[in-house]
Amino acid sequence: MTKKVAKKVAKKKAVKKLSKAKTSIVDSLLELIRITSTVIPDDIQKVLSTSTTQEEPNTTASYAMGIIKDNIELAKFKSQPLCQDTGTVIFFVYHPPGFFQTDFKDKIKKAVTEATKKGFLRQNSVNSLTGENAGTNLGEGHPSVHFYEHKKSNVEVKLMLKGGGCENVSAQYSLPDTTLGAGRDLEGVRKVVIDAVHKAQGKGCGPGALGVCIGGDRADSAYYAKKQLLRKLDDSNSLPELDKMEKEIVSTCNKLGIGPMGFGGKTTLISCKMTHANRVPASFFVSISYMCWAFRRQGIVLDTKTNNIKKWLY
Amino acid sequence: MKKLSYPFSAEAVREFKVGDMVLITGKLFTGRDAVHKYIHDGNKPPVDLKNQIIYHCGPVTMKDKKTGKWTVTAAGPTTSIREEPYQWEVIRDYGIVGVIGKGGMGQKTLDACKQYGCVYFHAVGGAAQVLAEKIKSVDGLYLEEFGLPEAIWELSVEDFPVVVTMDAHGNSLHKEVEEHSREVLKSVL
Ligand code: SF4
Repeated sequence: MTKKVAKKVAKKKAVKKLSKAKTSIVDSLLELIRITSTVIPDDIQKVLSTSTTQEEPNTTASYAMGIIKDNIELAKFKSQPLCQDTGTVIFFVYHPPGFFQTDFKDKIKKAVTEATKKGFLRQNSVNSLTGENAGTNLGEGHPSVHFYEHKKSNVEVKLMLKGGGCENVSAQYSLPDTTLGAGRDLEGVRKVVIDAVHKAQGKGCGPGALGVCIGGDRADSAYYAKKQLLRKLDDSNSLPELDKMEKEIVSTCNKLGIGPMGFGGKTTLISCKMTHANRVPASFFVSISYMCWAFRRQGIVLDTKTNNIKKWLY
Repeated sequence: MKKLSYPFSAEAVREFKVGDMVLITGKLFTGRDAVHKYIHDGNKPPVDLKNQIIYHCGPVTMKDKKTGKWTVTAAGPTTSIREEPYQWEVIRDYGIVGVIGKGGMGQKTLDACKQYGCVYFHAVGGAAQVLAEKIKSVDGLYLEEFGLPEAIWELSVEDFPVVVTMDAHGNSLHKEVEEHSREVLKSVL
């Protein structure tokens, strides 16, 4: 990036708007989409920066990390998507009892349509039967919206944009896995997770971040794994055995030498977050959701009186 | 850091080795699934690809309403392996000397690179904004009927940053990294 651009980036303040005037929920959701698509969250930026300094200078790895850094700055400055694949649009809505979900979903759809028109989202939704792209990002199952009731009186909305390349290298294993010598225990879990990172190589636009779920049926397992990507990178797992494994997996995977983009190098994984769910005795699934370096997720607390964004969650 | 400038040639790209960081200045033609399938089905490409570079990219483009001019607002690479069945033929029959994409390609392409003199350049996946900045002008649009991301875009680029991951001597960085990491994997499992 040129010095001129860098200066302008530094000058540009208050990218995330917090205003007092009354607005519409659709506008606040649109702002959530814009920020998610164009600005990398602070916790991720921090880890990416540290990783960059750990790579040897003048290597393909540091070259790739440098381009990633420039790209992050440029996207924020131009308010344009970090990556052209703006991914599957996934909303998580946390609301108090008595909340009108159907109405809120309609507002989400409006915001998505608007964000697509404005170019914060690419025309990225294809009918799986006909191959048709309506150009609106709306369709069967799109956007993906999940509602949760919580005890607080406010409404929180989280958004994840999950790219296709990294989704394609995400995986689900069924234990035991004889080829890997992975049994139905935590050691077996560790083995399949590392194997998934090896299989992904650079194809998921690494350095990557993992969400993992141990157990559950096939569907829930994959969903809970993905939801782990909502955790902040610097938090710690409340279960000591999982906390230990999360750290261990990151350090082991960074010994694989796959590196950014699979060019070779020290940074293969920036994070691993794990959870568990009960299973039936007959099955033991381990699901791994792989997220690319363009780790796009944000969240807002909505002011229920003014419909404004009260707080940014990441 | 190495440079590659237009006009390109098989001799020039043969100089590169895997791991080389290269800045490309000159002409690129985008081409992804629809274009490769079209050529594979026996249709002649609408542009002369001799000594040219193909970029696996479906750019996000905008047309200025007044001037009718196109600009590219996002231009990251797309996954190359989807063109593996076709790429070697395009190298053999139309004489391209470079392919830019992400994720690398397979043995057929690697063999064709060696035999005919072509190199696979890896762009940084997801770096849509940085790469779009390197595009100085849009000089042509062909096969528009495939839809804008799938069409062939003729682009002028300056210092377009890539890494050679498959060279014209039979070497593949993807293979090397895969093999090395497999050894480590064995020791940690
Ligand atoms: S994997 Fe991520 S960074 Fe790579 S192209 Fe897809 S969305 Fe973009």
